[in-house]
Parts: sequence; structure tokens; C-alpha cells
Amino acid sequence: MKGREENNSEQMKNTRTIAVGAIARVEGEGALRITVKDGSVQDVELKIFEPPRFFEAFLQGRHYDEVPDIVARICGICPIAYQMSAVHALEQIFGLRVEGALRDLRRLIYCGEWIESHALHVYLLQAPDFLGYESGIAMAKEHGAVVSRGLRLKKAGNAIMTLLGGRSVHPVSVKVGGFSRVPLRRELEGLKDELLWARDAAVETVRWVAGFDYPEFTPDYNDVALRHPDEYPFNEGQVVASSGLHLSVNEFEEHFTEHQVAYSTALHCTLQGSPYLVGPLARVNLNQEHVTPLAKQVLADCAVALPLRNPFHGIIARSVEILYALEESLRLIERYEPPPVPVAPITVQPGIGMACTEAPRGILYHRYEVDGDGIVRKAKIVPPTSQNQSRIEQDLRLFMPRLLSLPDKEVALACERVIRCYDPCISCATHFLNLDIRRESSA
Amino acid sequence: MKTNGPRSSSLRIIGLGNELRGDDAAGLLTVRRLRHMIGDRAEVIEAGMVGVDLIELMTGASVVILIDAARSGKAPGSVHRFDASVSPIGRQVFPRSSHAIGVSEAIELARAMGVLPATVIVYGVEVGNTEVGHPLSPPMGEALDHVVRQIIQECEACHA
Repeated sequence: MKGREENNSEQMKNTRTIAVGAIARVEGEGALRITVKDGSVQDVELKIFEPPRFFEAFLQGRHYDEVPDIVARICGICPIAYQMSAVHALEQIFGLRVEGALRDLRRLIYCGEWIESHALHVYLLQAPDFLGYESGIAMAKEHGAVVSRGLRLKKAGNAIMTLLGGRSVHPVSVKVGGFSRVPLRRELEGLKDELLWARDAAVETVRWVAGFDYPEFTPDYNDVALRHPDEYPFNEGQVVASSGLHLSVNEFEEHFTEHQVAYSTALHCTLQGSPYLVGPLARVNLNQEHVTPLAKQVLADCAVALPLRNPFHGIIARSVEILYALEESLRLIERYEPPPVPVAPITVQPGIGMACTEAPRGILYHRYEVDGDGIVRKAKIVPPTSQNQSRIEQDLRLFMPRLLSLPDKEVALACERVIRCYDPCISCATHFLNLDIRRESSA
Repeated sequence: MKTNGPRSSSLRIIGLGNELRGDDAAGLLTVRRLRHMIGDRAEVIEAGMVGVDLIELMTGASVVILIDAARSGKAPGSVHRFDASVSPIGRQVFPRSSHAIGVSEAIELARAMGVLPATVIVYGVEVGNTEVGHPLSPPMGEALDHVVRQIIQECEACHA
């Protein structure tokens, strides 16, 4: 930003600007501006319109019981994540811990969302980059069977979401304290055959993506994810970073700070002032001990070693998580006994509560302040994409130098590929991500 | 997602959109109005921000009518009608969107995979304000009435 303001009009004459209508296969709306001056990258600005900010205001004055249904509308791709962070934060205020079968069902519905979201990204949004297609549609014309496998995998996730959530888009059954309805054992067992197929398809998915050609690119990441002593994290755990940070969710805001940047309506979140990485890559790296033996075996067969340090390997991490989610779903279904009540009793009391859960794209932090009548007085939501925003910009700065000799159109495509590694969910918003590259010379 | 009628219906009417984003709800509100008028002549689905699952929702129908918000620069409330069974519908009218993979991309993906129903008609209602929390703009009410009337005529033609 500063660099551009300092440019005088003479220098600006040497600026070339390229605008690309939209960055394809990124969920939502935003804009990217890159300024190159005298052959080096001066500025990278990723602008995201971020509706969770609107929802923070929208939630004020609402009864706590309405919150899960409202936040589910923030994102069409990850409604469960928003619901899970909300209910856990509100339950902290009311002194409630949801255990047993209800806790399992929450893990299960989250598995459904990961499968659905990751399968879409792996097969239709990111794989075309590695196989040389401009879109999932173009890829489907020549790889119909592969795309069918991806869509069927996604559908297996939908089936879990639909059974537990009442519907796959904007599920409605999640409540503070549990669910409005819990499934019968035989209903869950009805999913098993398809989930077994999907588990095998997930193994094939890991093998498939492990065989792609990846650019050499290993930035120095500070990975951040939840970590739980007993399980791969969904709803509970400590917030840990590869830098050594270890804290409870209640300490989140002491270490992670949001700040405004002039070019974006979204707040950038940094960890002690520095960019950090959330999402499947960070999660797998920080939770290697909970990667299943089957997933470890498949990775070993493919000569893929953890930790993963290349952002383009995010597609491998995502595929490993599809496999994890399917194995975990089958395990949870196997041991399921319906809980005595679908929703635990709630005693409303005033207070402040916070929770972090692992959305498909990374940790999603919610904090609520509720009064004695159960009315939300304040809400704060820190979505994963805003946490990765600084990291995306940093990666583009590091990746750009190798692209500078290319024509602008190819630079734009390469930048899109870098951005897609993060599966940025700007979607809550909509419509376009405009790309603007400025090449300046002081000569 | 609300549906009526069995999934095997040969005629399926699907409304898309985000009801929290002003005029983006046009498709959803249209099918909500249609639901009571259409009876058992068609299966009516409020699909919200369904994305790529639109392919699944279309599967098995011989005729699908989709209604979504459109943004091509025309006046808010203008109504587009496309026969997607004949040729791709323009992404310039149905931008990639809050529906993750937009209606035009889902249709083309279905076509590429050879699973597009025989007839797919797409109505696009040109939007004005799609800000989160904004109410429907004034010109939209009349536009939705118009789309409802047209779709009822299409249904009658299908059953003639």
C-alpha cells in the first residue's frame, strides 16, 4: 500500500494493469492486487468481503436458541462448522458439557461436512490445476469416471449431513445441548455400505493426488490447529502452533489479534503479529499421531512423508482428511447407541463463552456474551479464511519472483493456483474475485 | 431443503438463492409462491445455495425448471429465460456465486458427464440489491409474479 502511495505520476506511466474477470474456483468474492516494481514484488493485497462481520451485529438481541440456525446461513459450504463453534461457546456459558452419543453425533456430522467440502475442493476445484484443465467441467469431459468418483464421495458426506442435520444444505437439527432429533441405530447403519465404498474411494483419492506433479515451494509456516490428546480434532482441544504455542481456547484473543487493512473489509488475523497457517495442512502436521494406520500406510506407499511443507500439498492433506473422516464415521456408527434424550437440559445464565472448532478450512473461533434471559449481547466470529489471508499474501510474495518473466495472463493463472491451495471460503459473500497486476518501473 | 412430490417426478421445479441476501432470494421466493399453485403437477424444491449438488437434484427428471438470481446489468426485475438443454447458459448472467458452484457451472458439469435431463429451462431474475439482510427490492415482486405465471403455463404445456 505504502509503495503505491509514494509513486508519483511519472512512475505510474510505467504501470501495466491487467484485470482478470474472476479468479475461478474460489468460493466467493474478493480481489487481488499485486504490484511489481523494478522487477520485484512490492505489494500483495488480497481483498475479501467478509459477511461474518455482518452476522456479528445480526446476532445481537437474538435468543441463544436461534443462534445455530442463523450462523448456519453464513456459509453454504461449512454450516456445521459455524453451528458447532456457536453451540460449544454457548454451552460454555451455561456450564454444559455434551458427552457420550451426542458428542459422537457432533463428530459424525462434522465428518459429513469435511467429506462434502473436501471432496468438492479436491475433485472439482483444485485437481484441474494439476491435470492441466481450466475447470472441473473441462476435466469432467475427459475424466468423467474420476469426477463421478469425487461427486459420489461428496454425496456420502451429504448423506451424513442430511440424516443428522435434516438436510445437507443449511442443516437445521443442531441445537445448543444436542440435536432436535437423533437418528435411530438402523438409520445410521443404512449409511454403512456407501461409507465403506467411500473409504476405499478415499484411499484411491490419496493415491491419485499423491501422484500429481507439485512445484517446489516450501515457505516457513507457523501451523496452527486444535490438538486433542485422544483424537483428531473437531470440536475440542487446545490451540497449538508449530512454533510451540499451546493455549486454551479461552486465551485465543490474547495471542491472536485482528487488525484492519485499508484495502479489505475483512479483518486480518495474526498470531503475535505474524501470519500463520490454518486448515488441513496445519491440522495434519500438528496431529500426526492421530492420522489412522490406514492413512499412514497409504502415504508411505506413495512415499509421502509428514509433515507436509508445500502449500500445494494441501490437496494431499485434504484427501487424507477425507479418508480420516470416513474411517471415523464408520467407527462412530459402529458404536452408536441412541442417547436417552436428543438434547441435554439447559440452565440459562449470563456470561461469556468461547469455542474453537475445526472447520474444513481451519480453526473457526466464536465468542458470545449472553444476558440472564439468554439474549445474545455480543458476538465475535473469526473465520479461517481471514486467518489465512495474511499467509496467502505472504505465499504470493514468495511465489511471485519465479513468475515475473511470464506474461501477465500466466502470472494471473499461477496466482490463482496458489490461492486455491487454501480453499478460501469467501463464499459467504459472493460474486467475483478480480485480479489486478500492476507492473511499475521507476525508470 | 423443502420438497413436495416424489423425487421421481418427471417435472421438477428448483429454486436457488440465499434468502438472507436481499434479491438473491428471488428463486427461492418464486418456488415458495408456486408450491401451492402447482399441486402434484411437479415436484417443487427450495434448494438454497445448493452448488454442485444441483446435479443430484436434477437427476431422474425429464424436465427441470430452475429459477435463480441473475446479474447481467439489466434493470432489476428483468426476467431471462434460457433453454439450457440446447446450449450453455451464460456465466455473465449467472455469476459464480454464493452457491459455490453456480447454476451455469452445475449444468455444464452435468452436460459434460452426460447426466443433464432432456429439458432444462432456466429463469434468471435480474437482481438489484443483494446486501446481506436487505429486503427484496420493489421491482422484484412483480417480476416474481411474472415468473410464476410463466412457469405455470410451462407446466400446463408439459401436461397437455
